This record gives sequence, structure tokens and C-alpha cells, in this order.
Amino acid sequence: MVYALCFVLFVIGLYCTLTKKNIVKIVIGLTIMEYAVNLFLVLLGYRKDGVAPIVEEGAGPLEFLARSVDPLPQALVVTSIVIGLGVTTLAIALCVRLYEKYGTFDISEIRRLKG
Amino acid sequence: MGIELYLFILLVFLIVGALIAVETKNLLSSVISLGAIGFGLSIAFLFLRAPDLAIVQIAVEVVLLIFLIRATIGRDVIPTKGHIHWAGLLIVCLLTVGFFAFGYYAFRSLNEFGTPIISAVGNAPSNKYLADGLKETGSANIVTSILLDYRAYDTLGEATVLFAAVLGALAVLRGRAWSKREKDK
Repeated sequence: MVYALCFVLFVIGLYCTLTKKNIVKIVIGLTIMEYAVNLFLVLLGYRKDGVAPIVEEGAGPLEFLARSVDPLPQALVVTSIVIGLGVTTLAIALCVRLYEKYGTFDISEIRRLKG
Repeated sequence: MGIELYLFILLVFLIVGALIAVETKNLLSSVISLGAIGFGLSIAFLFLRAPDLAIVQIAVEVVLLIFLIRATIGRDVIPTKGHIHWAGLLIVCLLTVGFFAFGYYAFRSLNEFGTPIISAVGNAPSNKYLADGLKETGSANIVTSILLDYRAYDTLGEATVLFAAVLGALAVLRGRAWSKREKDK
């Protein structure tokens, strides 16, 4: 159920990317898709009644092993979030440049890119 | 039940925010809805016991919002005209619905929510990190010990990608400054 809702978020981003003509809307759709994928990876590692993967003083190692959520998706999603920021920044810089050149965000007006 | 209910409400909020961001006409409200999604996501990370992710998400979201508002403010004076052709819209709708059905079918082969793979597979790498992380790396936070010790090369690669992306953005925006300077001459 939670997975399906997360996937709905991804599909909304996909729809936005495929149908919108405004180039900033396309970047927003890409960002929504990225958020959905990050959330899904963290959802996969969640353990019911789990604790954060931080060792507390006095907790036995075996008990910690049995209760902690999966730390590996979290570590890789940290990387993914930061890379997503870089990629989105690059895309927005390209949008700003296109606006400077053509005076619009509408991709059907940006004609010289047509093949 | 508690946390699943909270997550359910939060996900519905995220989906409503995404719909507003996609469908609203005003570009600035769209960007601000995206900010709402990002901050809601950081709350979801807190519920999922990922405090590091929540902090990173908030920091990234603030920077991203500043960039997006800087890029869009005062520039949506010319609204985009028309919509894509209705046949294209129909194809896209069919594609997304089919994609969703396929994904929903695939999700049934996953473990139920709340039972991660590490609880079923005894020798998964995460179990080793959880058991030996404190002893081997000296870091109480296992996520940090993975990022900066076990998988430090991944983090180095991440820094390289980030450097390349920032370099690209700077190169693209710098070209504008150069052409302006030439125009001034």
C-alpha cells in the first residue's frame, strides 16, 4: 500500500515530464520522480518498530542488530539526494540560458533546437 | 499501525502537493509546491528512522528552492500557449497507467512493508555493518561509517559528480556574462 502510493508520486512526475510544454515544469517533474525513487529506497529498508542506525550506549549488539533499520539504502540515498541537487541545478542553469536566448520557457517556441 | 498511518497521511499530502505543482498555471506557485513536497519528504525520512537523510533533504531543498525561485521569478509573463495534441495526451495517459499497473504487479513480489531484506538474508552486508561498524570504524552512526569508511570510494565519486555538475552550471551561466560583456563593448 505504501509502496503503491510512492509509485503514484513517481507516475505523477513522469506524466508532468511527458506532457508539459513549460521547460521549468519538466524540471519539476524530474525532481518529483527523483524524490519518489529516494523515498522508495528508504521505504524498502524500514523495519517495523525499528530504531535509527545509531549505536546507543548500553544497548547490546545483538539487540541492536535485530531492531535497527537497514543503513545501506540510507547511506546511498544521501549520495543520491546530493547528486540530484547538482543535476537539477545544471538543468535550471540551462533553462535560464534558454530563456535569455529565446525569451520564453515554452519548448514549442524554442524552434532552433528542432531536428 | 501508528507509523504506517502517519506515512499514509504524509504520502497523500505529497501526492496532492505534486498534483498542484504539476497542474497550476503560475510557475512560482508550482515551485513553492515543489518545496512543500521536499519538506514533507524530510518529515517522512524522520518517520522512517533516517535522521541523516532528513537533515540532508532540508539543506538540499532550501538551496534548490533558492535556485528555482531565482530562475522563475518575474519570467512567467508569457504563459505557454495551448496543450499537446489530444492523441499524444491519450498515449501518455495509457503509458503511465500501464506503467503503474506493471509496477504494482512487480511490488507484490517484494517483502511486506516493515520487513527489510536484511531480516531474511543472514549474510547481507548491512548486517555486517550493523554488527561491526562501531568496533571497526569507531563511529556510532552506522550511516556515517558506511559513507566515509566502508564505501568511501562511492562518496568520492559523488563528490566528483557534484563537482562536474557545479562546473557545468557555472560554465553555462558564465557564457551569459561573457556575451553581455561583449555586447557592452
